Amino acid sequence: MTTMLKLQDVTAGYGTFQALFGVSLEVKAGEAIAVIGPNGAGKTTLLRAISKLIPVTGGTLEMEGRRYNDLPSHEIIGLGIAQVPEGRRLFPRLTVEDNLRMGAFLPDARAHFAERLDYVYSLFPRMKERRLQMAGTMSGGEQQMCAIGRALMSGPKLLLLDEPSAGLAPVIVQSIFDLIRRIRSEGYTVLIVEQNIQQVLKVVDRAYLLETGHIRQSGSAAELLDSEEIRRAYLGLD
Amino acid sequence: MDQIFDIFLLEAVLNGVLLGGLLALLALGLNLVFGVIDVVWICYAELIMVGMYAIWWLHSAMGVHLALAFVAGILLVGVLGACLHQFIIRPVLSAEPINQLLVTGGVLFFLQAIATVAFGVEFRNIGVRLPGVNVGDMNFSLARMIAFGVALAAIAATYLFLTRTYMGTAIRAISQDRTIMPLMGVNPSRIYLLTSFMGGALAGLAACLLVLQYDVHPAIGLSFGPITFLICVLGGLGNLIGGFVAAFVFAQFISVGGFFFQLEWGYVLAFLFFIVVMFWKPEGLLSKRK
Repeated sequence: MTTMLKLQDVTAGYGTFQALFGVSLEVKAGEAIAVIGPNGAGKTTLLRAISKLIPVTGGTLEMEGRRYNDLPSHEIIGLGIAQVPEGRRLFPRLTVEDNLRMGAFLPDARAHFAERLDYVYSLFPRMKERRLQMAGTMSGGEQQMCAIGRALMSGPKLLLLDEPSAGLAPVIVQSIFDLIRRIRSEGYTVLIVEQNIQQVLKVVDRAYLLETGHIRQSGSAAELLDSEEIRRAYLGLD
Repeated sequence: MDQIFDIFLLEAVLNGVLLGGLLALLALGLNLVFGVIDVVWICYAELIMVGMYAIWWLHSAMGVHLALAFVAGILLVGVLGACLHQFIIRPVLSAEPINQLLVTGGVLFFLQAIATVAFGVEFRNIGVRLPGVNVGDMNFSLARMIAFGVALAAIAATYLFLTRTYMGTAIRAISQDRTIMPLMGVNPSRIYLLTSFMGGALAGLAACLLVLQYDVHPAIGLSFGPITFLICVLGGLGNLIGGFVAAFVFAQFISVGGFFFQLEWGYVLAFLFFIVVMFWKPEGLLSKRK
């Protein structure tokens, strides 16, 4: 498998506050990877750094073998990296279809707008029913579908998902993880950040445990599920 | 007697509609910039004044064909809007709103002073006087009718641009969530620049329509700058549809109020209405934000 995303010793933060201390990780084509960890571990910061929404102060970011530390944030999606941000962040007073249109803003993506719109609607028929509804008036689960659809409209190679289950009712959470399974089976490479460790480890191949800005542990999803430390600290099991 | 009275009232109402179209165009540019960038261009009417001078100078002093002078005026004020953003607004983009207001207020007086230095305080006109149009017993100004038609066409074009194109959708999106725009591949600075150019170009278009009706002088911005701002506030600052509706409401107060009393009284009533609305619905008639 070829390496898609590679981070080496990445440090980043906000102003004088450092949130990531030399994080290294790798995502290969076709893989689904989770970054798990407690609140405040730096998981969201990590995805923001990958998308260059915050400056990277050290280390290297590579996509398909190309170092992209120096690219501005709005050019990252052009590399094939699309992010579904924390809290979904749809444009609340735009229709579902206009939100999806924004996902296809890049000239290359515009050429494929109609065909990808059909694809997203086939993946989420609910979005087709609601295509002219204001995105902000939909339920949390529907908004998550729309946010994922928006990211898919760019035709990404790598999909970054930031806490997709956060703030959703338990019954919806299950359907979100089913959704992620479907995205995987469509052949997308996925990097997902989650606090819902038990659930996310069931849908990914490998995972990294991030604590206070450091990678503490990594391995296959099964290994991490079996790990003494994770079972005790995060799953509440002995 | 009743018959005559009704005809003149109808004339006043229709003149109010014509005026409303022009005021709606004036409000559109200011509202667009505020809605997207969250900064009030207090100097908006002075951009129009610059456009009027540019058209007058090109046409009357340099002998350029009027149509060409109009195009040049629109482009010039568009570029001026973009420059205003790049050099004046951008450095204070994250400053307190009062600072942003003050800095564009500074630009207002700066442009007035520059115009006085360049052209003096004389009233200038392009020497075009369009005839009146008689419909039955009613009389309408052709210049106003043209202004109404062009303003409505420009408003419709702006609406289609904002709703039917990727750039227009991005302009609407950025006003709702600026920080995630880069995730869509959108460079926010470019959208701001484009919006400022559009705001300026709309001011330039307004200059074309106004220069057909009014003489230009350095303080002409004061005759419609405050009205434009009040209309935007009345419709809910940044709310394009609200501004459109408010422009027609305001114009009726001016026109019909002026008909029943005296022309000056129309303005008194319109501003009184504004004050009452500010007590009753301070967020504007059609509010976007609470």
